Amino acid sequence: MNRLVTLLLSLLGAFACGALILALAGYDPLEAYSALLVGAFGSKNAIANTLAKSTPLIFTGLAVAVAFRGGLFNIGAEGQLYMGAMAAALVGVYATGLPGLLQAALALLAAGVVGALWAGIAGYMKVKFRAHEVIVTIMLNYIAISLTNYLVNYPFKAEGSVPRTDAIPAGMQLTKLMPPNQVTTGIFIAILSCIIMYWMFNRTVYGYEIRAIGLNEDAARTGGISIGKRVVLTMFLSGFIAALAGAVEVLGVHKYFVAGFSPGYGYDGIAVAVLAGNHPLGVIISALLFGSLRSGSMNLDRQTDVPTDVVVMIQALVIIFVAIPWVIRKVKLMRKRGDSVGSQS
Amino acid sequence: MIVSLLSSTLRISIPIAFAALGAIFCERSGIVNIGLEGMMLVGAFGGVWGSHLTGSAFLGLLFAMLAGGLFGLIHAVLTIQFKTEHIISGLGINLLALGLTTVLMENIWGNRGRSGLVNGLGTIRIPGLVDIPVIGPIFGNTTILLYLLIVCLIVAWIVLYKTVFGLRIRVIGDNPKVADSLGINVYMMQYIGVILCGMLAGIGGAYLSIGDINMFSRDMVAGRGYIALAALIFGGWNPFGVFGASLLFGFAQALQIRLQVFNIPVQFVEMLPYIVTILVLILYRNRSRGPLAVGKHFRRGEA
Amino acid sequence: MYAVELHGITKRFANTTANDSVTFTVKSGEIHSLLGENGAGKTTLMKILYGMQQPDEGEIRINGVKQKIDNPSVAIRLGIAMVHQHFMLIDSLTVAENVVLGYEKRKGMFFDMAGAVQAVEQLSATYGLKVDPRQKVGDLPVGTKQRVEILKALYRQADILILDEPTAVLTPLEVVDLFRVLRELKQAGKTIIIITHKLNETMDLADRATVLRAGRNIGTVNISETSPARLAEMMVGRKISFDQAPLSAYPNRTKLLEVRGGVLRKHHVPVLNGINLEVHGGEILGLAGVEGNGQTELIEAITGLTPLDEGQVLLAGRDITRQSPSQMIESGIGHIPEDRNKLGLVGDFSIRDNLILGYHHRSSFQRFKLLKINHIKHFADQLRERFMIKSESIDTKVKALSGGNQQKVVIGRVLSQDPVVIIAAQPTRGVDIGAIEYIHQQLIEMRDQGKAILLISAELDEIRKLSDKIAVIYEGRIVAYGSRDAFDEFELGSYMTRGKPIAETGKEANADE
Repeated sequence: MNRLVTLLLSLLGAFACGALILALAGYDPLEAYSALLVGAFGSKNAIANTLAKSTPLIFTGLAVAVAFRGGLFNIGAEGQLYMGAMAAALVGVYATGLPGLLQAALALLAAGVVGALWAGIAGYMKVKFRAHEVIVTIMLNYIAISLTNYLVNYPFKAEGSVPRTDAIPAGMQLTKLMPPNQVTTGIFIAILSCIIMYWMFNRTVYGYEIRAIGLNEDAARTGGISIGKRVVLTMFLSGFIAALAGAVEVLGVHKYFVAGFSPGYGYDGIAVAVLAGNHPLGVIISALLFGSLRSGSMNLDRQTDVPTDVVVMIQALVIIFVAIPWVIRKVKLMRKRGDSVGSQS
Repeated sequence: MIVSLLSSTLRISIPIAFAALGAIFCERSGIVNIGLEGMMLVGAFGGVWGSHLTGSAFLGLLFAMLAGGLFGLIHAVLTIQFKTEHIISGLGINLLALGLTTVLMENIWGNRGRSGLVNGLGTIRIPGLVDIPVIGPIFGNTTILLYLLIVCLIVAWIVLYKTVFGLRIRVIGDNPKVADSLGINVYMMQYIGVILCGMLAGIGGAYLSIGDINMFSRDMVAGRGYIALAALIFGGWNPFGVFGASLLFGFAQALQIRLQVFNIPVQFVEMLPYIVTILVLILYRNRSRGPLAVGKHFRRGEA
Repeated sequence: MYAVELHGITKRFANTTANDSVTFTVKSGEIHSLLGENGAGKTTLMKILYGMQQPDEGEIRINGVKQKIDNPSVAIRLGIAMVHQHFMLIDSLTVAENVVLGYEKRKGMFFDMAGAVQAVEQLSATYGLKVDPRQKVGDLPVGTKQRVEILKALYRQADILILDEPTAVLTPLEVVDLFRVLRELKQAGKTIIIITHKLNETMDLADRATVLRAGRNIGTVNISETSPARLAEMMVGRKISFDQAPLSAYPNRTKLLEVRGGVLRKHHVPVLNGINLEVHGGEILGLAGVEGNGQTELIEAITGLTPLDEGQVLLAGRDITRQSPSQMIESGIGHIPEDRNKLGLVGDFSIRDNLILGYHHRSSFQRFKLLKINHIKHFADQLRERFMIKSESIDTKVKALSGGNQQKVVIGRVLSQDPVVIIAAQPTRGVDIGAIEYIHQQLIEMRDQGKAILLISAELDEIRKLSDKIAVIYEGRIVAYGSRDAFDEFELGSYMTRGKPIAETGKEANADE
């Protein structure tokens, strides 16, 4: 209960801060926020939009959260989703002759594997070379974007001037839930992933071990847990899930891989994970919040002259406010009675 | 050709070197700074904004320093005062910088991609020096920030290894409890380290805008802040090592631009600096020994 | 005239009260011993005096004037200096730098190394503390490091010196030297407070002594009017008797654990230097030694965390030298780690989750990698009852428990899995008296069931109370091995600090002069 209250207060703080900055820059915060609200929930189309924008965020948020639970910082969700998207698109274009459902499943699997391996590079580098995964995953992001850019501009380029692949067959495209809006059955896949991860963390040996490593690596090692293997496993899982975000965008929204299709979903995933406290189910709600910000921002653009990057700012403020250990406040009050024996690093 | 390559290498490494230099002071005091990217970005914006407001690029440089320092202060308060996880604070700052600079840019120039042109720092021509073969074109006719960088490097080295302040900062990063027991104010020194870092990173960012293309564009730091971190690790957390590392990355970038002439698809060449960074991390795994207590929160009075 | 007065000092931490309304006074120019067992509150009290901790209640007076000591620099300004038990030195810097750090000799902004060296040489000469100012502290032997710490205090013109367990890491010869220095300092008018639990040294050196027990001041006495027996009684609260556990009556004791010629190098230095060790079933082998002589590495080798570079580890004759940690656990090696918070428990996990750590692969807890939640819950409930772990529920996070209860979780976990060999490292460190007796009881029970127990402890009393056989580890080798009564505490002390029996020490002393 306490945690929820702190969370809500943090959100309030973030929005208040955002309003302050808007006001200082000469905009009307109320106008901006109500435009956001309308854009997110003001009509059936708006809600559909929110759900559509939330779908990739559930995946990337889950990916980042899974890594965080294992004590790892996966900043590479963006690169992983690009790789996954490319893999899915290629399966769609070249693995022809299969029934639609099977082809879709194959595309998702291929995407996941590619994403897992891409993230696995960072995991392996951490274990073998003590390379900090933050830097490695960020570098891999740039490399992935360049690599997929190359692929989509040269060998796999479709006819025409747009840098994209050929379209995937209709049989494997994800069904739209509320046409013509872009929200698809992909959102169910996303939610299912969250449930599976929740179950994995709480019911399996792997989840137990990953959590232990994330909370106290030394004790985990002393308890016989193989740190190296689990770190790589954690990155595999994280990369797999992030890649699904890209695959679902290809299968459901665009129907092909197009350069630059992600407006930063991978990075948004970090905000989603932090707000959700790295809880696999909490990610769903958190993603909806950020998804609503994104869909709201489209309306912001239409109705006001407030720059859409205000949403980026609010995201940053949410990360900052939520990440502050407000427990410290309580501890300061407790100092009257004695120091606390916290376990924070 | 070689001269032009060397010249480019040096110029390209300037922002990275400034940021990495700042990061030395920050990390040596025990605070991890993933937010270099953001501090550079606000520095780049501050430079343009200042130049736009006052017409003087030099005042713009001052703005850049202050902007970077401000974001350094935010990071410092979050990590030192509130004990936020260093890495998350840094990520938050990067995102905040991105959003804030873009919002302000749109506000002022009405364009969501780039700002207008402003007065830049330009280049300085040193007569006499300029005529010396090889060295002349590189050092004799270049941005003032290069000279500033060299001065900063030397000053930083002297401060870090010859002054009392430098001695204390080095101690704090390795063993804050010992420093505390001696009556050194650990918190204050950490604040100074982080804010100094922000200021230097801000100057580095300013090079990208008013030192080079004389305008600001969205997200123009493009990952250099992270490369600066790799330079910090590769350079062994000391000024000249870090400068050398920055030169390496500058070289990779300069080479990449020139390779585009050949028929290699541009994307592969673009990847070069980032691949180099990863290779560096692989090869220099043993150098990943930074200040012993970096990343940990120091709590006065913990039993 | 009183140099130091502490009135009504109370300090509480989350789970315990370290100081309970303590009043403590020290006369100017005296040597005052602050006595007490581990956990009695001595260090906390002195940390409050030095400004490293803040009291919840109480008042401090220095030379009669009320003071608020918010941090060490205030204390230093008041002329108080503390020489810590765990040296506060920077290994990578020189002696001179370490001594002046915080009050550096300067030339403007610049650090005046020459000035620092000179200052150290002067102090060194004045007080007879021989050091080389330009040597790196990391290269110095322990006794010299302590001299550097004392020089630090003198450099800051301290009049009141607090020494925390100063002789814990010194050789007998170094102790003699230290005492000489302290007496000279007293002659020079300094006031000295020594935190210690060593009675003979107190009798030898101090003018007065104050005893703390469980956070309370039990009383202050003049040394001339008291005796070790009386002091011991005050420290422990009962007539002290060497309540040894009955020796093992287990028949047919086979060699269950053996280490042969164990060599382990860290940074090319052999930390284990040809160590040979054997523990039999139905027996407790107590391994005595000053911390840092290879105990940690020995444990790492036996538990698979860092395998030996040379030599073998044998379990009931089977070579297990290269097994992984999880294989070691499966083979029946139970490990009670010396630092339970760092190595033994995941603080944010519940009691339930911690009770299966290391054993979570066992078929009683999982099937096809799925955890058997109900079984685990049942198991945890049982253990909680059996080991009397005091908490609200098994879902309480372990970090909220008291030290004793935390240790019970670790011990319960290991003991319930029917290990063959138990490695108990500092099993009662930071644990309250009641839990200590309980843990000792459990170890004896395990021994009587035929398990081999390797007890590693820095508390000689614990070793002498529980062990059937005693060995001493020194610089990575076993330098003494025999039955419980083969050595008295002074001989053990000599082996622990010199690696040699007492008889040789006398010869050595003459040779050095």
